[in-house]
Amino acid sequence: MKRFVPFIVFMALVGLFGFGIWWNTWHDARYVPSPLIDKPAPDFALPKLDAPEQNVTKASLLGKPYLLNVFGSWCVACAEEHPVLMSDGRRLGIVLVGYDYKDAPDDAKAWLRDRGNPYDLVIADQPGRTAIDFGVYGAPESFLIDAKGVIRYKHIGPLTPEVIAQELQPAIDAVKREAP
Amino acid sequence: MKPRLPGLASRRSAPCARWFFGAAEAKSLRAQGALLHFVLLALLIFAGHAFAATGAIEPLPFKDHAQEVRFQNLTKQLRCMVCQNEDLADSNADLARDLRLEVFQLMQQGKTDAQIKQYLVDRYSDFVLYDPPLQPGTWLLWFGPLAILLAGGLVVAVTVRRRRIAAGANDGNMANTERAGTDPADAGDDW
Amino acid sequence: MTPELGQLALVLAFLLAIAQGVLPLVGAWRGNRALMAVARPAAAGQAVFVAMAFGILVYAFLHFDFSVQYVADNSNLALPWYYRIAAVWGAHEGSLLLWILILNLWTVALAALSHRLPEAFAARVIGVMGLIAIGFLAFILFTSDPFVRLLPMPADGGDLNPVLQDPGMTFHPPVLYMGYVGFSVAFAFSIAALLGGEVEQAWVRWARPWTNAAWGFLTLGIVAGSWWAYAELGWGGWWFWDPVENASFMPWLVGAALIHAQAITEKRGGLRAWTLLLSIFAFSLSLLGTFLVRSGVLTSVHAFASDPRRGVFILAFLTIVVGGSLLLYALRAPKVAGGKPFNVVSRETALLIGNLLLATASAMVLLGTLFPLIGDALHLGRISVGPPYFGLLFPLLMAPVVALLPLGPFLHWGKADGGVLKQVMLRAGIAAVACAIVAAFFVQGQLKAIVGVASAVWIAVGVLLYALKRWREMPRGRRYPAEMAGMLLAHLGVGVFVIGVLLSESLSVTHDVRLTPGQSESVAGYDFRFDGVHRTVGPNWHADQGVVTVLRDGATVATMRPQKRTYSHEQVQTESAVDAGVFRDLYVALGEPMDANDIEGAWALRLYYKPFVRWIWGGGLLMMLGGFVCAGDRRFRIKRIAAEAAAPVVAASPQESPA
Repeated sequence: MKRFVPFIVFMALVGLFGFGIWWNTWHDARYVPSPLIDKPAPDFALPKLDAPEQNVTKASLLGKPYLLNVFGSWCVACAEEHPVLMSDGRRLGIVLVGYDYKDAPDDAKAWLRDRGNPYDLVIADQPGRTAIDFGVYGAPESFLIDAKGVIRYKHIGPLTPEVIAQELQPAIDAVKREAP
Repeated sequence: MKPRLPGLASRRSAPCARWFFGAAEAKSLRAQGALLHFVLLALLIFAGHAFAATGAIEPLPFKDHAQEVRFQNLTKQLRCMVCQNEDLADSNADLARDLRLEVFQLMQQGKTDAQIKQYLVDRYSDFVLYDPPLQPGTWLLWFGPLAILLAGGLVVAVTVRRRRIAAGANDGNMANTERAGTDPADAGDDW
Repeated sequence: MTPELGQLALVLAFLLAIAQGVLPLVGAWRGNRALMAVARPAAAGQAVFVAMAFGILVYAFLHFDFSVQYVADNSNLALPWYYRIAAVWGAHEGSLLLWILILNLWTVALAALSHRLPEAFAARVIGVMGLIAIGFLAFILFTSDPFVRLLPMPADGGDLNPVLQDPGMTFHPPVLYMGYVGFSVAFAFSIAALLGGEVEQAWVRWARPWTNAAWGFLTLGIVAGSWWAYAELGWGGWWFWDPVENASFMPWLVGAALIHAQAITEKRGGLRAWTLLLSIFAFSLSLLGTFLVRSGVLTSVHAFASDPRRGVFILAFLTIVVGGSLLLYALRAPKVAGGKPFNVVSRETALLIGNLLLATASAMVLLGTLFPLIGDALHLGRISVGPPYFGLLFPLLMAPVVALLPLGPFLHWGKADGGVLKQVMLRAGIAAVACAIVAAFFVQGQLKAIVGVASAVWIAVGVLLYALKRWREMPRGRRYPAEMAGMLLAHLGVGVFVIGVLLSESLSVTHDVRLTPGQSESVAGYDFRFDGVHRTVGPNWHADQGVVTVLRDGATVATMRPQKRTYSHEQVQTESAVDAGVFRDLYVALGEPMDANDIEGAWALRLYYKPFVRWIWGGGLLMMLGGFVCAGDRRFRIKRIAAEAAAPVVAASPQESPA
């Protein structure tokens, strides 16, 4: 029996590799779950994109749930996501806050002008300092923040109709049920 | 369906290969070719690091050399979230630059290495640590080699003991076999 | 020379591989000499066709045949001819072809040098090599064909990854593959032995030179890769514990264990099962490395995720080859421990401990490499395992090896003389402590450096004492048989490697600076004066080239020219400048200009002072040399008498299970 040990260990490895192949066919290897889920969103104070003299803070957004969508005019995947937000954004039934990440304000404005602006409000984080507190590491990223300012759900990568239907919309419904 | 990868937290030219070639940025006619280039990276032992080769070289105003060394050591133990095959010290990604600066500033504020690591773990999870913390989930990782060593050690001990008993049994002819190997080529040479 | 001919050649090679893999094994089983005789011609024919396919691909690259997708993807009109040849193994399909070509080289060498082996045994060995070839040829034909056409043909191609456009990198993959694939010979010997139910362990003696040679190549391949990473990447590092590196390191460790286990089995008859198992492991880990690297299971940030077929194919192949061999081992490995008895204090025990530690180290590297995947599978969250983990555990496991290393040769087989041992330990120990004390004054009390000096002296003195003993005690001509000389060289290499690693790790100085032309920065007593940056051009790149003059006490030591190249497809690649020396390297990498529009202004530069860093590769080269010298020992040449004596045993029916 002892002589079967290497064979058994190897077959366990094969199982692991099989799992790896299967996992990688539907799982994004770069995806890292955020430790901030169900934790209060970090405090921030960022200028509005079209009115830099006005600051938007976490406190000023409390009271209503909102979807914080990190984007940038330089970001290719954001351009892919954009039409989805244009068509489905309104139907989410939630405030859409655009988070313009590491972007020149003029580029961002032109980008929104050319493609349309799906957001109720756009804040700009040109230095990218606040984004570190949010644990942003790629764009687009979307944070669902409830009325009490707690991050309830995060999606990394472009929102697609599938993601919205399967994950985002149920999360939004849940958040809205507890804080009408 | 495999979710599409998020875009790169950078607007400069491709800071890391893996991302670059996977991203829609490979918009040239050679898109397919670029993908193959990527595959190539995987074939070569060291190429995984290759694209940071554009260098993450930034002089920072360190207090003294000791602090610079501490910074170099610390950023080597942290993983870059954007180019996930690179450490923070050497990644050329925009976010890596930002985080290096953040680490530097935290150091100036007198934070310890452990506090700085915690700061990043709070935001990006344990994944940023190349040195996985010891917790029930990583017991296998940290103690597995020890278990293998002990199990192997036991087998070696048993083998040696068994053979020694055998050695005791025919100690008489041992001197013999030792002096003259059975093979004429080895005769008289205990090699 | 149409590429379709290349494809045809591969198909023919595949058919011949089937003949080579099936008929001789059947022949050996049924005792049919005609079928056994197929082995050599089939192997030779397969090699001819694979070489033809390879040649056609080289030709396509040399003649810019962009109608071949693979050529168009990996070369362009501006690429110099030598890099067009290197481009053949510049991506997945071509490097697989190179892999198969090298497998064929080993097989042909084996076929040519095995005429004195018992007929059935040789037929089995070559047959097993054929089975491996079937798998790889099927892989290339069904999933990774390098001859696929691209229509319409583009006017110019893409580019070879600039990373590859370096002499070090062009030769690193072939040599590495020589090592990986070389282990297939030891593997084939063990499988043949298991299939034939060898009672004798003669096969181990025949397998030894092949194992040593393969290990030597693998060592050289790893050294070349490490040196390239150091010279090219601008980070001054030489090893990163990256999954891809680990994939090559695991077979190396097991190979080192195997070399020593084979010595016991061959000379004392013991450890037969363990030697069989290690031969299987060494090659399995080579295959596993291929799987890990190509299936994208680990490094996958995507690549194969888009084409899981390749991953599935390699996994299936791996399961058949490795699973099959391990099952065969479980069923047929010798059940009774044979060989001569030995005492607790004996060479056998020392080798066993060494084997245990090397095997454990290899298992540790495997565990650390796969753990992120285990974490995913068990929902432990995303986990990173990196240099801090390996860098802690590996030295711990290797410390006893270093401690035992110089004693090994002094230990007699069977029963060692404690007195001699004490004397050696005393002498080497005193030398090590004395040198460590002297070194302590030079290294600012860095413990790591002191330990490095002490362990290196401990090893080196032990090796030299043994060399001296042989010189005194043995008659001329019998003093250093090649096998022993190889051992001494390789062991000395370990010492050189250890001192290189520990001194360069602890005493290196890295300094990022911003310099305007004319400004100087002092690092470790050297003044690096930045003399500005200018534009320069190469065959298919243009670059910003910095000039840095290094002075010591006012005298010029070196003029260094680090570059930042932009290749024809806008890929940027740094070329670090290295001033190599026996006791120190000076190293400069060019960063970014402080003002992107003014390249003649200030630049960010990284300056390194790296003492003893060459000793790392020097040690590796000594180990490689040791492997090759060992492989050349005359004792390993097969004697006809021995072969004939063994023949009846092998010809016996394989159903006859060993006792």
